[in-house]
Amino acid sequence: MGLGSLVQMALLGLIAILFVTLGALAQDAAFAIHMFIFAAAAAIAVIYLARSYGQPVAAASPEAYLDGVVRAGAIATVFWGVIGFLAGLVIALQLAYPGLNPDLEWFNFGRLRPLHTSAVIFAFGGNALMCTSFYVVQRTCRARLAFGNLAWFVFWGYQLFIVLAATGYLLGVTESREYAEPEWYVDLWLTIVWIAYFLVFFGTIIKRKEPHIYVANWFYLSFIVTIAMLHIVNNISIPVSFLGSKSYSAFAGVQDALIQWWYGHNAVGFFLTAGFLGMMYYFVPKRAGRPVYSYRLSIVHFWALIFLYIWAGPHHLHYTALPDWAQTLGMAFSVMLWMPSWGGMINGLMTLSGAWDKLRTDPVLRMMVISVAFYGMSTFEGPVMSIKSVNALSHYTDWTIGHVHSGALGWVGMISMAAMYHLFPRLWGRKEVYSLQLVSWHVWLATLGIVVYASSMWVSGIMQGLMWREYDDQGFLVYSFAESVAAMHPYYVIRAFGGLLFLVGALIMVYNLYRTVRGDTRAEAPVGVPAAA
Amino acid sequence: MSKIEKDEISGVDTTGHEWDGIKELNHPLPRWWVMTFYATIVFAIGYTILYPAWPLLRGATPGVLGYSSRGDLDKSLEAAAASQKDLADKIAATPVAGIMKDEKLRAFATAAGAAAFKVNCVQCHGSGAAGAIGYPNLNDNDWLWGGSIDEIYATIGNGIRAPGNASTHASQMPNFGGDGILKPEQIADVANYVWTLSGGKPDDAAAATRGKQIYADNCAACHGDAGQGNKEFGAPNLADQIRLYSKNGSIKDIEAQVTRPRHGVMPAWGAKLGDTAVKELAVFVHSLGGGV
Repeated sequence: MGLGSLVQMALLGLIAILFVTLGALAQDAAFAIHMFIFAAAAAIAVIYLARSYGQPVAAASPEAYLDGVVRAGAIATVFWGVIGFLAGLVIALQLAYPGLNPDLEWFNFGRLRPLHTSAVIFAFGGNALMCTSFYVVQRTCRARLAFGNLAWFVFWGYQLFIVLAATGYLLGVTESREYAEPEWYVDLWLTIVWIAYFLVFFGTIIKRKEPHIYVANWFYLSFIVTIAMLHIVNNISIPVSFLGSKSYSAFAGVQDALIQWWYGHNAVGFFLTAGFLGMMYYFVPKRAGRPVYSYRLSIVHFWALIFLYIWAGPHHLHYTALPDWAQTLGMAFSVMLWMPSWGGMINGLMTLSGAWDKLRTDPVLRMMVISVAFYGMSTFEGPVMSIKSVNALSHYTDWTIGHVHSGALGWVGMISMAAMYHLFPRLWGRKEVYSLQLVSWHVWLATLGIVVYASSMWVSGIMQGLMWREYDDQGFLVYSFAESVAAMHPYYVIRAFGGLLFLVGALIMVYNLYRTVRGDTRAEAPVGVPAAA
Repeated sequence: MSKIEKDEISGVDTTGHEWDGIKELNHPLPRWWVMTFYATIVFAIGYTILYPAWPLLRGATPGVLGYSSRGDLDKSLEAAAASQKDLADKIAATPVAGIMKDEKLRAFATAAGAAAFKVNCVQCHGSGAAGAIGYPNLNDNDWLWGGSIDEIYATIGNGIRAPGNASTHASQMPNFGGDGILKPEQIADVANYVWTLSGGKPDDAAAATRGKQIYADNCAACHGDAGQGNKEFGAPNLADQIRLYSKNGSIKDIEAQVTRPRHGVMPAWGAKLGDTAVKELAVFVHSLGGGV
């Protein structure tokens, strides 16, 4: 242990020196800052190792689950969630009131928008997926996470990726690829972290003590493998200098656009759908105390989903330079995707048959059910919007934003936060969360927030689409673009209000979980039981 | 290890597997689900037969409907052009004053001009044509370069101080302060005087009196003895309350303009949009606040 630790410290020290050197030689300030962040991370790791050097290591039982990293991941999930929701509220207000865009380039809408999307998708969603997958895979395989402390490297490496991505956006470092904005060196770092993640997860499945692999793990694994493929292909690029932050994509023109949306759509499909279905398949039956509704359905919809999803990306490029045949196929595959997506919803909702009464008394389960309902709604809306004649109206409008948020806030957000409510007491050895009444408040605030958000964007988006295509009786366009922007104002204000409700709900969750970790229990009437007259 | 049990609530067998207490039932696939899935597959296959879809070595299957999005766009553009052809041709052949006299042409040109205005003009003049500081309001009857239909037509077509256009409106106000034509005190005096032309109260009555002579010597040639302006030079009327480079008007703003005059530039739209569009824009702009 001692010698290995010394070698590690020496290596990390060398890495720190290497990155300081790269930072000193950097071509631009942003690259220098990022190299120094890398160096600081390596230095912190050295200090950590040095401080624990020579101290007796409590021999971990090879049987015991590695839950420290799950605890860290759960805290990170909640932390980044609040940051991401807050950033969303800020940019919603910036759209409604353009005066809120300051004269500082770091904080205008253009740079905060990717900060928001990445914070909620990758920081909040990613941490939620990582920590729940580590929790679930250990329990459903009855095996400790594989490769010792590699899971800790995955956790800290991923946080480093988030910090590099977020600071990069504010500094103006971007590849301008939606949901894949970080530059080449951050992409390389994420690749290393992701491969480690795959090794930990897959290694745990390999050494499982259960004869079969549970369905949640199929979904998690498909998410991990596919995201690796998407990330690597979409980010193939050539740096202008190995000491600078700028790079150019290996693809050009419409090929580039198609690769990007193959990536972008499957980030939705495999990150935001498959991954979170994995979460759903563990936490819903666990919480409901009922068996999964149909094993057969889970197999059929799993394979149908992952086979069909990967081809649907071209629907993001309807009526563009993309050849017609690719547009047709994108739409055809999207329409076929409807039922495979709904297979997950059926399995989620029908698992509750025999336990519907629990919805009254368990707000956490209620949150899960609402999230599955939003999943069903947005996976129906998606195929509808992929139909070319619908897309002709909806494309480039706020309808798309509403669609994304009913999925992201409703499905991804709610299932993750419900999983956190289930995990926190178990990870910290408490009986239940501090207050189920507060959970109930959170459920309704978040639901109301999403409904306000999505419906305001539907109205605004359809109005936008209709205004853009409005002709007068002489055959001339009626509205200028600026007039359609001005018409959006009330809806942007309403949308920001919906976001505020969602954020307030999340802050209530933070308080509730904080008290849970402290070991408090609120003296309160049980949820769903009418007060005695 | 595997133990298939019957679930009491649903009466369906489990698969016999168990993970961390989670079991699975083996309900058959819901029939409506399977049928709808098949229906979407049938639809998708039919759709790919009708429309361009399957990639081949060169190109792709064209689809039996012969659809292409470019062809579709061409068709609707042709249809739109055909429906407007008669009137558009007449506008091309008629001088702008003639368009004003023909009710039908005038209505068509106004609609066309409004559409073109929204694409090309709102960026500076605003979507309601109310202008902004430095960009004239087109709704009022105060015209820098003339508000008759012919004058508006000429201004839009050739632009204002548009580089490379021989017929553009080119005149400029002298750089009184920057070139040292007037001393700062003189500028302060004349600003006080000019402020009185539009009914303002001078900061310093004596200065305004001194400024009157400076005005007569330096400004009246273009702006007129009473400050009524001159459309020949684009010299604004100084006697009204309409300002170009000031929000509400002030002696300070007048001083700033005299010291280092700012001048607007408008592109020569004739070269960009063609004569017909310029005619249509002129008819539309005239409808907003045009004069004789």
